[in-house]
Amino acid sequence: MFENVDLTLVDWSRAQFALTAIYHWLFVPLTLGLSFIVAIMETIYFKSGSEEWKRMTRFWMTLFGINFAIGVATGIILEFEFGTNWSNYSWFVGDIFGAPLAIEGILAFFLESTFVAVMFFGWNKVSKKFHLVSTWLVAVGANLSALWILVANAWMQNPVGMVFNPETARNEMVSFWQVLFNEVAVSKFLHTISSGFLLASMFVLGISAYYLLRKREYFLAKRSILIAGIFGLLSSLLVAYTGDTSARVLSKVQPVKFAAFEALYDGKQDAGLVAIGILKGSDRKIGEKEVNDFAFRIEIPGFLSVMTGGDRNTFVPGINDLVNGNASQGIMSVSDKIVRGKKVRDLLSDYKAARAGNDRQKADGISGMFRDKKFIDDYFRYFGYAFFGKPEDVVPNVKVSFYSFHLMVMLGFYFILVFVLALIFLYRGTLHKNRWFLWVSLCSILLPYVAGEIGWVLAEIGRQPWIIQNLMPVSAAVSQISSGSVITTFILFAVLFTVLLIAEISIMIRQIKLGPKH
Amino acid sequence: MNSVITAMNRLFRFYYDGFTTMSWWGKRVWIIILIKLFVLFFILKLFFFPDFLQKKYSTDEQKSEYVLDQLISK
Repeated sequence: MFENVDLTLVDWSRAQFALTAIYHWLFVPLTLGLSFIVAIMETIYFKSGSEEWKRMTRFWMTLFGINFAIGVATGIILEFEFGTNWSNYSWFVGDIFGAPLAIEGILAFFLESTFVAVMFFGWNKVSKKFHLVSTWLVAVGANLSALWILVANAWMQNPVGMVFNPETARNEMVSFWQVLFNEVAVSKFLHTISSGFLLASMFVLGISAYYLLRKREYFLAKRSILIAGIFGLLSSLLVAYTGDTSARVLSKVQPVKFAAFEALYDGKQDAGLVAIGILKGSDRKIGEKEVNDFAFRIEIPGFLSVMTGGDRNTFVPGINDLVNGNASQGIMSVSDKIVRGKKVRDLLSDYKAARAGNDRQKADGISGMFRDKKFIDDYFRYFGYAFFGKPEDVVPNVKVSFYSFHLMVMLGFYFILVFVLALIFLYRGTLHKNRWFLWVSLCSILLPYVAGEIGWVLAEIGRQPWIIQNLMPVSAAVSQISSGSVITTFILFAVLFTVLLIAEISIMIRQIKLGPKH
Repeated sequence: MNSVITAMNRLFRFYYDGFTTMSWWGKRVWIIILIKLFVLFFILKLFFFPDFLQKKYSTDEQKSEYVLDQLISK
């Protein structure tokens, strides 16, 4: 029960994980995208033999290298935290989380020790072809590394391909392919890597704009803007498409999170998508939680229904329907789910008692139930609800979810506009004359970072209170350690990562100022 | 056997030359990488991030028992 949990410990453990994940994600997306941009540039060099393209490739490769090196191993801290702060979770997930992370670790090790070395040490030492292949392998490998992390994260959002074993108190993988091709994993992977491509394109565009503003490096700047403009535009369209796909998947597997994105409390057919809106408090409540109303909104009529179900007649459930249930739409209330979750927990108590009393037959009988599909579908899938005292506990922070979602979407459309304008100005040969646009491009470098981070805030805060959707809330996952030790390491991480970030930015700015000649 | 030794020698020279002729930024980031790895693995992991279950229990059965208790009692 929540009464037995030190919420300060849960909050600090969450805050620490958020801090380390947010910092880690400052380094990752540039690696994902810039590796491909560098590979494209090197391919042009390979085909053309032009020394200018070689210079360009090496310049962007330098910036890639700085980011890659500073970011390397920052994600390992998250794994430390699992073992220390989230031990119940780490044990409960068993090999499902461990297998993808192990594959990622091995892949990253071989990638980094071989092909990244060829990328940086191999110029004029290996053949041009082998060097090019290595650069492409780094790009593909870095993105495949991300795949395994996202597969692990997607399993937390939509746990599939496993059964729970009461004897070990762990989940055991029964289908690797179900875990890998989890529909959340597929959409999350595509959405995440394409957002990395977009970020890197904006980075290249912004720095090239800086050179044009300083009236230097014209060849590099214009060719880089061409590559970044095309790659960025395609990536931002892919981000929009995969974002739409992700939303459709979420509406099925995490409907409360989806309703929170839109601050939709009362479900309906012909539901509109809020394009812009401002929330305000209201007198209405769900249990003890306040309901947010709209002070202002502009809606695209019927679009939410079309987005989720393909037509305007699709019923999109609101938070009220999902918490209190809606019999006419076949939606079970949280109270009913709590009852089912508690039955599972009672069974686990019986199992423990049977084992303690050496009643092997009873223990085996209960253990077998956890492998029965009907029991899993009707009861075990609601196990996590047993930890809640009140139905409204399942509602995430609606304001954070709503604003994060809408800011991310608005930024997405802004990026499309910037890349289109870059290509138009480049085509017309007026890029250097439109200094306002060059300034906009330079200042926009930070915006994809903002969009990426709020995307993660949205994904992770939107799914609260769950650490594993429907199976384990964060309150049950946390280790019984002192919150003081978590606060200490929180501060240590904040200092460490800030130093790393300052180091990266200062080395990068120095190299950018020096330009490709150095 | 000779070809293996030659290959190993070339591999060693490849990395050796790479590290010794490294640019200013390369040297800086390597210093940062080494300091970072030291802080992560020799300070944070050893002193601040013990494996909670590993520290409390020595066998998997004990760990299972503990987590099962947590799942039932929380």
